[in-house]
Amino acid sequence: MSSATITHDVEVLKQGPFDVIRHSWVLAKRSLVKTWRTPEGLIDVTLSPIMFTLLFTFIFGGAIAGSTADYLVFLIPGLIGQNIAFASVGIGIQLNSDMSKGIFDRFRALPISRVAPLLGAALGDVVRYVLLIGIMVGTGYALGYRIHTDPLSFLAGCLLAILFALCLAWAPMLVGLIARSERAVQGIVFMTLFPLTFASNAFVPTETMPNWLASFANANPLSHLIAALRALWSGGDWQAPVGWTLLWCAVFVIVFAPLAIRAYNRKA
Amino acid sequence: MAEDNAVVAEGLIKNFKQTKALNGINLAVPRGTVLGVLGPNGAGKTTAVRILATLLRADGGHARVAGYDVAKNPAEVRKRIGLTGQYASVDEELTGRENLHMIAALLNMSGRSSKARAKELLEWFDLTEAADRTLKTYSGGMRRRLDLAASLTGHPEVVFLDEPTTGLDPAKREDMWDVVRDIVGRGTSVLLTTQYLEEADALADDIVVINHGEVIAHDTADKLKRVVGSQTLRVRPTDMSDTAAVKEILGGVATDRAPIDEYRPGEYSVPVADDSALAIVVAKLAAQHVTVTELSLQLPSLDEVFFTLTGQRQRPSAEDAAAVEDQEEKA
Repeated sequence: MSSATITHDVEVLKQGPFDVIRHSWVLAKRSLVKTWRTPEGLIDVTLSPIMFTLLFTFIFGGAIAGSTADYLVFLIPGLIGQNIAFASVGIGIQLNSDMSKGIFDRFRALPISRVAPLLGAALGDVVRYVLLIGIMVGTGYALGYRIHTDPLSFLAGCLLAILFALCLAWAPMLVGLIARSERAVQGIVFMTLFPLTFASNAFVPTETMPNWLASFANANPLSHLIAALRALWSGGDWQAPVGWTLLWCAVFVIVFAPLAIRAYNRKA
Repeated sequence: MAEDNAVVAEGLIKNFKQTKALNGINLAVPRGTVLGVLGPNGAGKTTAVRILATLLRADGGHARVAGYDVAKNPAEVRKRIGLTGQYASVDEELTGRENLHMIAALLNMSGRSSKARAKELLEWFDLTEAADRTLKTYSGGMRRRLDLAASLTGHPEVVFLDEPTTGLDPAKREDMWDVVRDIVGRGTSVLLTTQYLEEADALADDIVVINHGEVIAHDTADKLKRVVGSQTLRVRPTDMSDTAAVKEILGGVATDRAPIDEYRPGEYSVPVADDSALAIVVAKLAAQHVTVTELSLQLPSLDEVFFTLTGQRQRPSAEDAAAVEDQEEKA
């Protein structure tokens, strides 16, 4: 048999250092198409936030802040923090399903960076977070919540929240790659997120908590994000909480990204 | 390229915790040919393919695919291979065309090339009509075809087909065989794993039989069949007292061994050379007034191959197979 009998006329783009970004974008588009085709997958970032806002405002508003209007100023950033964390379970489930269906086998046999499928999934999720923040602030506005600073500070808060979500996402991604079923992913992530979201400054001032809990709540990364959002949107010192939030973002990536990439390389 | 072999593996070893999945496998796929890797569930076929396709690292031995070492240069290997696994690894929520575009884009094809290639593949695999439907609406056979098309998107030099027809009905199986012949006709080298001797016979130039992670035979399909006997004649006498007569009649047409009933108690079988044995046996049974409840002529089964090659029933215990499969899943 003669070798190399295939002659083909294929235009191939030059390989380069930006391949990772291009491949991640191709895979992010895959996520977006899937999101578009199954909009019911967006319930956790559309209807749930509305429900949470209504429930918390009217149930706790009077008791905690004296009035629903006063509580909203406190609550909206808190709920955004909580729901962003909850929404991150989606990416873990998606990766787990890709793995069990064998799609990752195909990606791993292709000459692409092994980071690309993870990065792509994360980028595709940005749309979910934008929706979530928009709907939450919108619902707040309908109930009387107002941004008291300027549009630029509002935008900065949105970007910070999305960045935080993308960095935090590496933890559920890791869980998604290790856990043996989608149900397990959900169980593990929520079990971690409930204490993390409630033992924070999201719904009540941490001063009302016993000392040990207050110190946990004050160190909680979500508390820093929420404090930063409150400062950026209602006024106040934003430098310290924003700094802490960025630091936590770096910690999430440094700790969980290598573990997730390693799990992806070994399993899939 | 200087190398004559598209795939060479030497002494591949892979252990999953307690189980030895591969225990020193050697195999070679000469360029432009098909190697059939034949073995039962849990024999180590999938593990071998996953190592060769750079999805898994071997614990020992080495392998070269398309001229590159799979452990030292996996990126170069990945540019030159296509892999189709046991289950279709395509995205259910995308359309057929979108799946192919995505793969082409990941292979750095330009937009124009990837459109042209997707169109070409969809036509080739008879999926043009279904191209813009999501895969949820595809039948099992259509998914397999799209999966194979996805593997061929980048014009790979070497294609790995891991049990490509398991679970397909006979007609679909033959369609798949035509496709494989077509791929080889275009100069691609193929490594195919299968549980069916018939499939290896239909497609492979060379056959490697593996069991318990070891190669137990390496031959052409013809030679292997000659060893096994091309067909098996089975007879079950109605009355056990006729056993001796049945054994004698069967012994008269057997190509090598004496009649045995190890396969199923009370049912005696022998390898025979061709169809004419059936008529001879029927005539002799009638002449001696022996009645039978079952009489059949069958193509050699994988079990027959193992029996002939090893002299004992080599079907691995169910737990063995399950353990390896389980480990492979996790790996």
